[in-house]
Amino acid sequence: MSTLSRGDVEHVAHLARLGLTEDELARLEGELNHILDQYAILAELPTDDIPPTAQTIELENILRDDVAQPSLPLEAVLANAAEQDGRFIVVPAIIEER
Amino acid sequence: MTDPTRLHAHEMAALLRSGDVSSRELTEAHLATAERDNRALNAWLTIDRDRALAEADAADARLAAARRDPAHALDRLRPLLGVPVGLKDLVSVKGGQCTAGSRILEGYRAPYDAHITERLREVGAVILGKTNMDEFAMGSSTEHSAFGPTANPWALDRVPGGSSGGSSAAVAAFHTPLAIGTDTGGSIRQPAALCGVVGMKPTYGRVSRYGIVAFASSLDQIGPFARDVRDAAALLHAVAGRDDRDATSSPEPVPATLAALPAGDDEAAGILRGVRFGLPREYFVAGMEPGVEARIREAVAGLEAAGATVEEVSLPHTDYGLATYYIVAPAEASANLARYDGIRYGLHAGDGDTLANYLATRGGGFGAEVKRRIMLGTYALSAGYYDAYYLKAQKVRTLIKGDFDAIWATGVDALVAPTSATVAFQFGSRLADPVSMYLSDACTLPVNMAGLPGVSVPCGLSDGLPVGLQLIGPAWSEARLLGLARGYEAITAGATWRRLEPTELATARDPLTPTPVERMAALRAVGAH
Repeated sequence: MSTLSRGDVEHVAHLARLGLTEDELARLEGELNHILDQYAILAELPTDDIPPTAQTIELENILRDDVAQPSLPLEAVLANAAEQDGRFIVVPAIIEER
Repeated sequence: MTDPTRLHAHEMAALLRSGDVSSRELTEAHLATAERDNRALNAWLTIDRDRALAEADAADARLAAARRDPAHALDRLRPLLGVPVGLKDLVSVKGGQCTAGSRILEGYRAPYDAHITERLREVGAVILGKTNMDEFAMGSSTEHSAFGPTANPWALDRVPGGSSGGSSAAVAAFHTPLAIGTDTGGSIRQPAALCGVVGMKPTYGRVSRYGIVAFASSLDQIGPFARDVRDAAALLHAVAGRDDRDATSSPEPVPATLAALPAGDDEAAGILRGVRFGLPREYFVAGMEPGVEARIREAVAGLEAAGATVEEVSLPHTDYGLATYYIVAPAEASANLARYDGIRYGLHAGDGDTLANYLATRGGGFGAEVKRRIMLGTYALSAGYYDAYYLKAQKVRTLIKGDFDAIWATGVDALVAPTSATVAFQFGSRLADPVSMYLSDACTLPVNMAGLPGVSVPCGLSDGLPVGLQLIGPAWSEARLLGLARGYEAITAGATWRRLEPTELATARDPLTPTPVERMAALRAVGAH
């Protein structure tokens, strides 16, 4: 198992889209490494021949007929959005005009 | 009549049916108690008086119709009709706030009812409000709530456990006879133990999670809190079963026996005769308080005296549970919490480009523990580390589940174990070191990893604080497991500790009592932790 550097912590924060302060980054570097130390115990277990368990009940491929079901009214869905315009949620432009 | 808040739900149901009490009277009494004590306990994030009274009036109308009109006879049989219930603040109630204990959901109003909310409406339960919790159910003390911690009614400077600490404290303090919680690593059973009430985590897939704020989707399960086993069973019965909107909810039938546990103590005690219990030696961990161990050993002796056998068994991979859990749960959480983008609902911060707004919204909206878990989970799933952490943990999970399967294969009916190695701890005592907080769930989280049902029932006091006895059973054995818990309840019905109420209820009533936030600040100021 490995150790997280300050740069790794910043990289992971970027992947997670978390804006963190200098103090938070510094504290997390210590805390995350302390927690990762606890994970080291797993390395001692041989698991090459063990299949992974993703969930514990034997349900798979739950399908239903491809029939439209009622859904929530548009106003109800949009009501919580930060900014709306008619039937749309307003977000910052992600494509530049040319 | 005695104070109606002291009644069990099944006692309320009998009085409601006979017309000796109205749901409005019951609801008023509980609202008044909750509103009066909430300053000192902070068990509730929302108390919705108007909605609750409207629901109570509707329940009274249904009860009246059932009394005179044979067409409404079914309502005569509903055990929760007109009975108050509290919901952890991650259960959607249409039009109501649903914060999951987080600033990032402050102001959000649920556009629809959760499946269990619909079910509770059908059976006529009265929803009093929403209970406090660790942010996104991440924690074992309710100290990670963005809206301040909940105090334990047995000792106001101590935690109620978590993450469903508001629900457990509200039930213990007689604010409601029933409450809903969720349990991902112990979040129902551990607070039930620390507050001296009954709490059950059902089998994974037993209750639909449609409309519940997600934490770790391969582990999360909904379950009941109550002050006795029959009430917990009745609440579970009301919400359990397949729902097409949650593909992980199971078609496994919900047995009617769940709602028909024996009322009489003699009959209930008889359930224990000939039962084979296993006592997992790994659950008597280092750091276990002697008073807790003594109560568990006494409970075991009681079960044996009632005609059960208790044999020591081994769950050899128990020591790997904590590390496995703290890879799987944060990994799943990091994916689930990606939805909080500040665009569609909840907190919106920043006025720059999309990325800047994400960083500002998520950096400002999530608390420290949630950030820690998102970071851990994102790291465990990131390129180059997936095999070493997440896949490895999923494999160890197979071994942990195999430990339990091997025991059931020997004919053991259920396991008996401590729920928590310690009684309720003081505010702040486990905040400085996240790993010490994570250890709070060492005896409960393997049960989530294996997807099994587990129930915590009170088994006495240690230093004046409640101790919980955990019973664990094979998948889908809730009715059997609650029957065994009812048996244990019956054989201890005469114990002195059964008649004790939480010691600080009178202090909680006092308007001069400090709030939990003030208590935490005072402890910090004197350098207690």
